[in-house]
Amino acid sequence: MAIFIDYDLCTGCKRCEKICPYNGIEVKDGKAVVNERCTSCGVCIDNCPENAISSDIKEKEVPDFRDRKGIWVFAEQADGVMAKVTKELLGLGQSLAKDLNQELSAVLLGNNVGHLIEELQKYGAQRVYLAQHELLSVYQTNPYTKVISEIILHNKPSIFIIGATPIGRDLAPRISMRLNLGLTADCTELSIDQEDGLLLQTRPAFGGNLMATIKTAYSRPQMATVRPGVMESKKIGTSSNCEVIHVDSSLTKEDVVTRVLEFVGEKKKVVSLNDAKVIVAGGRGVGSEEGLKPLFELAEALGAEVAGTRIVIEEGWLPVERQVGQTGQTVRPELYVACGISGAIQHRAGMLGSRYVIAINKDERAPIFEAADWGIVGDLHEVVPTLTNAILNRKGK
Amino acid sequence: MNIITLIKQVPDTTDIKTDPKTGNLIREGIESIINPDDRHAIEVAVSLKEKYKGKSIVVSMGPPQAIDAISEAIGMGIDEGILLADRNFGGADTWATSFTLGKAIEKINAYDLILCGRQAIDGDTAQIGPQVAEFLGLPQLTYVMDIEEVDDRRIIVKRGLGNGYERVESPLPALITVIGELNKPRYPRVDLLINACKENARITLWNAADLKVSVQEIGLSGSLTRVIKTFSPKVKREGEMLKGDKGEAVGQLIERLAGNYLI
Ligand SMILES: Cc1cc2nc3c(=O)[nH]c(=O)nc-3n(C[C@H](O)[C@H](O)[C@H](O)COP(=O)(O)OP(=O)(O)OC[C@H]3O[C@@H](n4cnc5c(N)ncnc54)[C@H](O)[C@@H]3O)c2cc1C
Ligand SMILES: Nc1ncnc2c1ncn2[C@@H]1O[C@H](COP(=O)(O)O)[C@@H](O)[C@H]1O
Repeated sequence: MAIFIDYDLCTGCKRCEKICPYNGIEVKDGKAVVNERCTSCGVCIDNCPENAISSDIKEKEVPDFRDRKGIWVFAEQADGVMAKVTKELLGLGQSLAKDLNQELSAVLLGNNVGHLIEELQKYGAQRVYLAQHELLSVYQTNPYTKVISEIILHNKPSIFIIGATPIGRDLAPRISMRLNLGLTADCTELSIDQEDGLLLQTRPAFGGNLMATIKTAYSRPQMATVRPGVMESKKIGTSSNCEVIHVDSSLTKEDVVTRVLEFVGEKKKVVSLNDAKVIVAGGRGVGSEEGLKPLFELAEALGAEVAGTRIVIEEGWLPVERQVGQTGQTVRPELYVACGISGAIQHRAGMLGSRYVIAINKDERAPIFEAADWGIVGDLHEVVPTLTNAILNRKGK
Repeated sequence: MNIITLIKQVPDTTDIKTDPKTGNLIREGIESIINPDDRHAIEVAVSLKEKYKGKSIVVSMGPPQAIDAISEAIGMGIDEGILLADRNFGGADTWATSFTLGKAIEKINAYDLILCGRQAIDGDTAQIGPQVAEFLGLPQLTYVMDIEEVDDRRIIVKRGLGNGYERVESPLPALITVIGELNKPRYPRVDLLINACKENARITLWNAADLKVSVQEIGLSGSLTRVIKTFSPKVKREGEMLKGDKGEAVGQLIERLAGNYLI
């Protein structure tokens, strides 16, 4: 497998150089040259305006998938409570279903979870595949993989989306290998290609430095996990019906290989960052655990939750579930106050959806100012208490 | 106990900067490192080996320079390394990567435990571990933050789940994916590192023929996903810088906040 350049056609425009995800093609002396980092991924071929790039890769044949129909979402739940991401997936599913003029279904597994059907319907499900069994009462990889794979094989959906939660990211790859399906991880945008009707799956790569759009043309269902907190849920009117299909899961004890001994929940019940309306976030600039004190005071005055960058979490100044960003939480509060945060792309990836952003940083060139609506250049240890006092004074009035 | 650890060499993405004008990645001078999570997996393998004897092997699929990652793992105390290097492995998505790694593990055959990092910092998919486990028909334990007990027949771990943790028991052989909280990886030992770079180092290269796989099943040809375009993320807002001393700046900010009904 190799990539070839037609030097008569190549104009040295560097488009390929910019677009290559692997830095595998460079323009030297006005012509594109393929180097050893090339993985033959073919992205450059489609993006060359002169059609100067070709390869000897035989395009795989796309099987006939005309009988595959329907958009499915995995209805994640725990202890009979719907996961927030399930509603978000249904919101997204509604628009995909509309674009394709197909039905939206939810796949619900558990034990005594029938009461969730109404909620699924309210958020857009037109059909629910319901599998109930005592061996499904808590999520476990093997029984869930088995039951869902069987439902897929029998009902042949076109698209299947799953939340990129700890459960979803444990389950989805397992199904993908069992049924030989392409799978795109942790998408932040899904839409339908108007030309061929395929699912366009967009996700951050290279630590959030690059976005990639991916298609899975060769297998059905087209499968993707979707990052929680990114999509919006949409309630629908209650008038439409919802068809319930009861699935007989022929599970036996042998299907459960691992044994959950106990679940130890977090002791303190705090508002999760996902639900917070206002977030005060600290970065390395706070300097120490002690340095977070003024942030907690500001948070108190604003009714906010406190979060941090990865460095703050790594230093142990805040617990791990308080991390915002690429490897932490994606948040979308009304107001995000970034204190002593440089604004590295991996951090910004998690807070871009905020409605308003304030940045306080002593370095006026810090990239966080580009992601902010309002910026103050200054030492946070002085600015933050001043702000807290001003807010308290105003409230006092 | 025989342990196989899957490791990947990745660009150090913390170093990646974007050109402020064009928004493109600046890739010159980016170092290659062992994927951070995978170092924690290596640490597990080496410390278990110290306790239970047996053999520890690392397997990596990647270009020839990935041999540096394997040498470093040997420097940390791993016995042997296998590099899956073949032009035809290139461009693989997670399905094709897991298939290839799975075939290599089948060829090694004798194992009690397979270790992976939770996710690689370049692809960030966290899919390889579960896919390899499915390929081999093994139970999987993902997000492992603590290994409580292990003997030659079973393992008990804590899985970190964001809102708490789960204690789970699994029979062996099994595959686990580990997260950073688990341990503190050791530094490579200089003498071991020097040995790893010698000609008789215990590093084997396998290509597609060694794995008896066909070109259609591996690399880009075997992949079920296709990247159709890449672009830089949009991040800009109209940042208004509030001027004056801290009192004045805060005063203006209060006005803005009140004007937008935020306070
Ligand atoms: C794969 C990958 C995933 C990642 N995921 C995440 C993630 O999920 N979340 C995340 O946050 N990071 C993540 N990172 C790390 C990220 O790249 C940055 O390293 C990190 O976000 C930077 O944190 P920071 O802004 O706190 O620190 P720094 O970059 O060190 O910035 C500190 C800032 O504070 C300012 N400052 C210092 N003192 C003061 C003061 N007294 N008053 C005011 N300002 C002051 C400085 O001017 C500086 O701008 C990830 C990295 C990788 C490679
Ligand atoms: N090419 C590879 N060679 C060996 N191991 C890999 C490779 N790619 C991924 N892995 C393993 O799979 C884990 C998850 O990777 P990913 O699914 O790409 O996020 C990594 O931490 C490694 O342990």
